[in-house]
Amino acid sequence: MTGRMTRPVLAACLTVLVLLALVPLLESNYLIDLFNEIMIYALFALSLNVIIGYSGNVSFGHAAYFAIGGYTMAILLTTYEWPLLPAFAAAVAFSFACSAVVAYFCTRLTDIYFAMLTLAFSMLVWGVAFKWRLMTGGDDGFVGVDVPAFIAERVPFYYFSLVVIATAVAVLWVICHSAFGRALLAVRENPVRAGFVGINTRLMRWWAFVVAGTFAGIAGALFAMVHRGMYTESAFWPESATVLIMTLLGGMYSFFGPAIGAASLFLLERLTNEYTEYWPLVLGTILLAILMFLPEGLAGLAQAVRRQILRGR
Amino acid sequence: MDSLIQFVQQDLGNPGLAALLSNPSFAFIQLMNSFSQAMNLFIIAAGLSLIFGVLRVINFAHGAFYMFGAYIVYSVAQEWTGNFWLGVAAAGLGLAVMAVVIERGLFQYIYDKEHLMQLLLTFAVVLILSDVAKIIWGTDQYSVSYPASMKGAVDLGVTFYPTYRLFLIVVGPAIAIGLWLFTERTRFGRLTRAATQDREMLSALGVNVPIIYTGVFILGSVLAGIGGGLAAPFNSPTPGMDATIIVDCFVIVIVGGLGSIWGSFIGAIIYGLVFNYGSVIVPNWQDVFPFLILLAVLLVRPWGLFGKPEGGNA
Repeated sequence: MTGRMTRPVLAACLTVLVLLALVPLLESNYLIDLFNEIMIYALFALSLNVIIGYSGNVSFGHAAYFAIGGYTMAILLTTYEWPLLPAFAAAVAFSFACSAVVAYFCTRLTDIYFAMLTLAFSMLVWGVAFKWRLMTGGDDGFVGVDVPAFIAERVPFYYFSLVVIATAVAVLWVICHSAFGRALLAVRENPVRAGFVGINTRLMRWWAFVVAGTFAGIAGALFAMVHRGMYTESAFWPESATVLIMTLLGGMYSFFGPAIGAASLFLLERLTNEYTEYWPLVLGTILLAILMFLPEGLAGLAQAVRRQILRGR
Repeated sequence: MDSLIQFVQQDLGNPGLAALLSNPSFAFIQLMNSFSQAMNLFIIAAGLSLIFGVLRVINFAHGAFYMFGAYIVYSVAQEWTGNFWLGVAAAGLGLAVMAVVIERGLFQYIYDKEHLMQLLLTFAVVLILSDVAKIIWGTDQYSVSYPASMKGAVDLGVTFYPTYRLFLIVVGPAIAIGLWLFTERTRFGRLTRAATQDREMLSALGVNVPIIYTGVFILGSVLAGIGGGLAAPFNSPTPGMDATIIVDCFVIVIVGGLGSIWGSFIGAIIYGLVFNYGSVIVPNWQDVFPFLILLAVLLVRPWGLFGKPEGGNA
């Protein structure tokens, strides 16, 4: 673990980036939308991992900040007709502000109480989105988001989204691999000892929460634009659980694991829906299997396989 | 008083609050509604709290158990026998069977795991059960009629009140007392409390701890099933009811204190009062109030009104 990417990781990242940039050449609207959504969920899952994988707290209400970013973007663009950049900046700033406030309270608690408090706050956000009909459209959802003309077409929007997400992921990577990220790991592994070494554990957990919330807000803002709408389901607790599963499936002890988890889960959902309407049943079964047999996720599996191969040599 | 009502009605512009102040029987009905809703929720929440108290697992699937209870009452009472009480009994029995399968098949492996694993495992059960319910009962909304003997209303002097809702108000405290007697006065109850304190010691003394865990899980799940069954006449069985009820139960159980029966009882009453009076005074926002209470409690006393702070967590 150094502050710089190892060469294979860097090469893999650039390859993925180039491949993603080539997607519009396939000229399939279906695939462009699919990859766009996968990227959004990948960012969402990566952001959650800052809390879980790096600070060791389980947030059960991460959908709240996704929804806050999304609704803010939708409302500012459409209801108040703000231009793109100010609206985007405001959506990110508002996610930042909300998670800063919530983090202040949540970091006072740990463990199960932390999880419950994050859940409670997210249900509050859900309640507001559900009931503040005039502003959010209530349970009908906020439909018909005005996406600015220069990215209104599918392909320009895809590239816009790709640039935003790639930048966001790069920033997240730098944060997680900085001294700050290392200190977070120390807090996760042994909060008491980290405290003795002179790390302000609560402040560290606060920052982790805020970083996670802000980047979830970015993902949410993009989601509102790609779907031209925002719906209360995005703030409801099962959504928080879904992104947790993505993180877990990919592996929460690796930086890129959650992105892989998000992509696999998303593709699997699309595939399952072709054959059966019972996606939750499939998801539940997969989840059971991971928990019982793959507690470190796909990334953990990949590492175990690699170790096995190295040993064989 | 009249001037106060006038002030509320005209200056505050709050007809709901004015009606509560000026019409005692309206206020009384709200009180009764609060209690009957609270007692139904208490039955379900008590099960969740009981399971957490002993097994230390927050069971997200508890809401799905509730939903199964409601569906079973529909099938048995409405479609097959026409007897509501038989339906409730079947709901309890059905949940007991489900509880054994789920506890022995899955939950027994996760007691030593991290909380994240436990939460997600119970969530996996939620996903599976909600689809199983969809496969069995489809996506229709069913109506279940009130039991024949309780269709009317009772004259309480101030006002008439539906018999069935009155019955719920009586049955809640009865279950609370029953649970309390069970944990405080029976041998199994004592062992249960001992298991919460020190599982290994109890096991060293020759007690079969896994059986206690299974027993407690069955009891808690049966409460969810019966609670769902009793709710069926006014809360029509429909997909998605599991996701809503579990959040209400979390509010109640955490406000009252995880693992405390009387805590859940008081938590349920607070929930009922806030929800019902809230819906009159600030219409449409009643769903948000319980979360505000939950936040307040978590911030001031995270272990709840009647709970005890946990060792390193407080």
